[in-house]
Amino acid sequence: MALNRRDFLKSAAAASAASAVGIAVPSNLQASANEAQKDWRWDKAACRFCGTGCGIMMATKGGKIVAVKGDPAAPVNRGLNCIKGYFNAKIMYGADRLKQPLLRQNAKGEYDKQGQFKPVSWERAFDEMEKHAKKALKHAGPEGVAVFASGQYTVMEGVAAQKMMKAGFRSNAIDPNARHCMASAVVGFYQTFGVDEPAGCYDDIELTDTVISWGANMAEMHPILWSRVTDRKLSDPERVKIISIQTYTHRTSDIADTEILFSPSTDLALWNYVAREIVMRDEKEKCIDWDFVNKHMVFTAGPVNIGYGMRRAGEKSIKEGKYTDLEMEIINKEMKTIVSAKEAPALAPYGYKEGDEMKHTAGTLKHWHISYEDYKKSLEPYTLEYTAKIVKGDPDEDIEVFKKKLQQLADLYIEKDRKVVSFWTMGMNQHTRGTWVNTLSYNVHFLLNKQAKPGNGAFSLTGQPSACGTAREVGTFTHRLPADMMVKNPKHRAICEKKWMIPDGTLNGVGKQHIMKIHRDIEDGLVKFAWINVCNPYQDSASATHWIKAAREMDNFIVCSDGYPGISAMVSDLVLPTAMIYEKWGAYGNAERRTQHWRQQVLPVGDSMSDTWQWIEFSKRFTVKDLWGEKAPSGPRKKPLADVIGKAKAMGYTEDTTMFDILFNNKVAHTYKKDMTDPIQKGYDDTESLGDSRKVIGSDGKEWKGYGFFIHKYLFEEYAAFTRGHGHDLAPFDMYHKVRGLKWPVVDGKETQWRFNAKYDPYAAKATKESGNSHAFYGTLAKKLLQGNLMGPDKKLGKKALPNRAKIFARPYMDPPEMPDANYDLWLCTGRVLEHWHSGTMTMRVPELYRAVPEALCYMNPKDAKAKGLKQGGLCWIESRRGKVKARVETRGRNRPARGLVFVPWFDEKVFINKVCLDATCPMSKQTDYKKCAVKITKA
Amino acid sequence: MANSNNNDRRKFFATTLQSVGLTALGGLLWSGYADEVKASPLVLRPPGAIKESDFLTACIKCGLCAEACQNRDTNIDKITGEAKAGTLKMAKGGDHKLIGTPFFIPTEVPCYMCEDIPCVPVCPSGALDQASVSNEAGELDINLSRMGLAVVHKESCIAFWGIQCDACYRACPLLGEAITIEMSRNERTGKHTFMLPIVHDNACTGCGLCEIACVTEKPAIFILPNEVSKGKAGDHYVKGWDKEDEKRIENAVAEETITELSKKGSAEGYLNSGDLY
Repeated sequence: MALNRRDFLKSAAAASAASAVGIAVPSNLQASANEAQKDWRWDKAACRFCGTGCGIMMATKGGKIVAVKGDPAAPVNRGLNCIKGYFNAKIMYGADRLKQPLLRQNAKGEYDKQGQFKPVSWERAFDEMEKHAKKALKHAGPEGVAVFASGQYTVMEGVAAQKMMKAGFRSNAIDPNARHCMASAVVGFYQTFGVDEPAGCYDDIELTDTVISWGANMAEMHPILWSRVTDRKLSDPERVKIISIQTYTHRTSDIADTEILFSPSTDLALWNYVAREIVMRDEKEKCIDWDFVNKHMVFTAGPVNIGYGMRRAGEKSIKEGKYTDLEMEIINKEMKTIVSAKEAPALAPYGYKEGDEMKHTAGTLKHWHISYEDYKKSLEPYTLEYTAKIVKGDPDEDIEVFKKKLQQLADLYIEKDRKVVSFWTMGMNQHTRGTWVNTLSYNVHFLLNKQAKPGNGAFSLTGQPSACGTAREVGTFTHRLPADMMVKNPKHRAICEKKWMIPDGTLNGVGKQHIMKIHRDIEDGLVKFAWINVCNPYQDSASATHWIKAAREMDNFIVCSDGYPGISAMVSDLVLPTAMIYEKWGAYGNAERRTQHWRQQVLPVGDSMSDTWQWIEFSKRFTVKDLWGEKAPSGPRKKPLADVIGKAKAMGYTEDTTMFDILFNNKVAHTYKKDMTDPIQKGYDDTESLGDSRKVIGSDGKEWKGYGFFIHKYLFEEYAAFTRGHGHDLAPFDMYHKVRGLKWPVVDGKETQWRFNAKYDPYAAKATKESGNSHAFYGTLAKKLLQGNLMGPDKKLGKKALPNRAKIFARPYMDPPEMPDANYDLWLCTGRVLEHWHSGTMTMRVPELYRAVPEALCYMNPKDAKAKGLKQGGLCWIESRRGKVKARVETRGRNRPARGLVFVPWFDEKVFINKVCLDATCPMSKQTDYKKCAVKITKA
Repeated sequence: MANSNNNDRRKFFATTLQSVGLTALGGLLWSGYADEVKASPLVLRPPGAIKESDFLTACIKCGLCAEACQNRDTNIDKITGEAKAGTLKMAKGGDHKLIGTPFFIPTEVPCYMCEDIPCVPVCPSGALDQASVSNEAGELDINLSRMGLAVVHKESCIAFWGIQCDACYRACPLLGEAITIEMSRNERTGKHTFMLPIVHDNACTGCGLCEIACVTEKPAIFILPNEVSKGKAGDHYVKGWDKEDEKRIENAVAEETITELSKKGSAEGYLNSGDLY
């Protein structure tokens, strides 16, 4: 049967769409589809890019990925994609894919930090890594070995890295780039709910009447979700309202009924204004659902003088003079600030007035019960007058018009029977008070009983594809263990030690080396071995010059695993060619708690191997005696770690048992068999378990032939066991290969749409069985608190428990540490563009995307440009106290700031904007604030 | 020092452009004459270019517009500090354009719509008409230029498939005016939106920034010269709901019409020709 190309494409598309939704395909159409695709293999996968978690189908032919389609059966995207998703097939085969390990060497072939990169074998690569990791361990103990981890790790990679780091090396110096992305959301969840991750799901979009976007450009960063929001608006344009609350105009304002441009950081005041309206109007209008609040809420407060997450006085690099006087102008504010006129009214309830010196102590998560009256008192300053004055972000906007917008915002939240969803991403998370502003969002929803209900809720969108699935759920943060367990909690450590079959007392209880701390520890000389996995920390970290200098000029060894060479690879000493997403079995978890698995579609390019394999091979180089003896205090850990070699022996290990045999090649692992008759495995490569036809020469100099058992399933199932029965329940591995993802907790085979809601969440149903309450906020973290008032706790009153309750926090507006002044007169906000993913290592290698957006531009207001003598399209210097970069001025197009602010995307390594940015963080979440620092702009 | 270097560089570029023109003229004597002397209907001219047929006689092929484009101060590579390739090129043998005349190809270098339009005021012949790119106050306004018109081929435009693209829209310097997004519900998925780029010829300058940004293999949005891209409704009908539309037919005249049926030219001719059986 002859088919022309047009017929072929038509029938192929129709057949796949039909089979996905279970429609019977006419047999003649089916036959032609089969013929056309006979040498293609279609299989499901998840999109490589953002946290939306679109499902895709991949076509492979001749061992290469040749095409992609949106998966019509995927509930998130129903067959659609954005333009990054459209190019999933084209990210794999860039001309400069890394294909073999590359080591800096001198002419004699010896490792030389100043040498050129030259190819080495995997064996040599691991020899060097082993040597330098052992050197670092000797120098600083477990804290001297660090990992820049990722929200783009597959679940299994996260498990492998975490086990080797935390159980093997006993080091908690592993922290993902997800720290930069949603750590404030995480701490917000923990503080409010006692447990991580959103209550709601994407179905809220179709069910709500109001979408309020706070500091999120969903139109560019979550296009598929934005297209759902748009559809909801189109379905009922009168009823459905969209409010876009941003620091500059961008595409998300396109369909908004109202745009509120706010001055950076004042979203804190804006949330408090809405809460104040609710509270003050309650007597007359009965805004607050007191039944809900009384049954489910408590009011809380914490200290306000918590600094800005910068380096503190007395730290080694500061004492050594590595920071200039200009930089110190800002860094000194970590220790003390003078209360400004702008923040003074907001801080009055906490006992501060304008001109007071505020002494800051390092960020703390501490908080305590307060009364509703105290909470009310904390809101008093946020009158319409004060709020409008400090919040208005466009100096050219009329204040009265602006006030009306604020009133409209409050009215929409308060309106009875109006469902409201608040979405946010980096604007609220990358914030020196990111944790605060996250908790403030829940306040408003809680008071109105508009949280954790269909169509109602504050919902934190995530940026990365597995920030939830891996970074958070697996727990590749410095302070976390799987399934919401914490390294600090001895019971949690014991649970992990048991499951991982390691001696009790092995795990290190101090987890303080978050990602900025790792950079700072390298600069301070504590960390001497750092391994970069699935991220680009030398491009994506603020105050970048410091970290690059520390890596290149100090005595340390930096390893970078990547598919493509970027800034981080260039900064490193050893570069490892790494399998990309579809070259390995994997799983991601998206922002709505949906876990999605895929199979290895193709063999990796060149001699690339997955991060999982790299970690497991590395584990072969370390034995019980190398790692499990007593460890003297080091870095943030003030107590020794016990010698557990004796206990290890009692468990049947010897001093020479390798971490490989304990953590990965154990008896449990061997129960996960490779079975090519298993419908899940049949016909698919599994490079790690079986080796592959490339016959890569492995870490021991011999041909790689595989572990011989189903390593991916083992890693997933061992981890998933932690989740089950604790409100995080993941489904069995095999089930994920039959469905288009499931939202955890998956109980009795059913996913959960709305957590904490007794109608939908079996855990909430169980917890409310006796009370008959509508909700149970059953998270367990920080559920017993001291009591006090806004000024502090009163220890005499003792602790009070708050089972099944969530918290409403009193938290004020405060200035960020660096704000525009006479010399540095503009705000700088950084972010992304739709066309490029993060640092561009993948998307800048897709010709179409490169052509579409070849360089990062400095978006600014035409009036600012004119005042500074800058021309549209001309070059300018963007300069802060930390550094300067050159970029092209753009006064038109997609991003249109008001006067006083410029926006520069960070994907372009040639506009290295993180050299300009300040590494201030939320002191509680340690997430960097990339959205605000002060710059001046001059003609280049 | 820096300035003199700069001047030297400018001279160099000017000379290069002239010699390209001369070489091209040399080539003209030998080959391709017949092909390239004819106006190509698909050529895109600089901002302010007068009607193509007039342009071809007015343009003296001096290259000053291309030189100004090349040497504009915004055309500097930010890493090397060197001038980049300019938008405007002078046609040479093999370009299939009238040799020596300026043109641009958006997929190579689009027009960046400089606010000061350096290419137009330097034109000594009136082939580029400054008045056509000046506003009522007499100031240059690049938004008034009409180099061509963007046309969307909806079968290859992935936005029409439902993909969330709008790369052209985001690239458009007149976003929201020259290109807007038409939103319609995606009935197949039941919960997404088609976001379709719609070009408006009352604002589109034909700069081509959309064409180079288009992410399809061969751009699904592309610039065509106005003569080629635009249709024309008749002068005999005015939109009754649009007062402005009357301007469109200011030159309307009553014309005798003729069809196959009426070609004999008179009623008698018809009546007397009849052979009804």
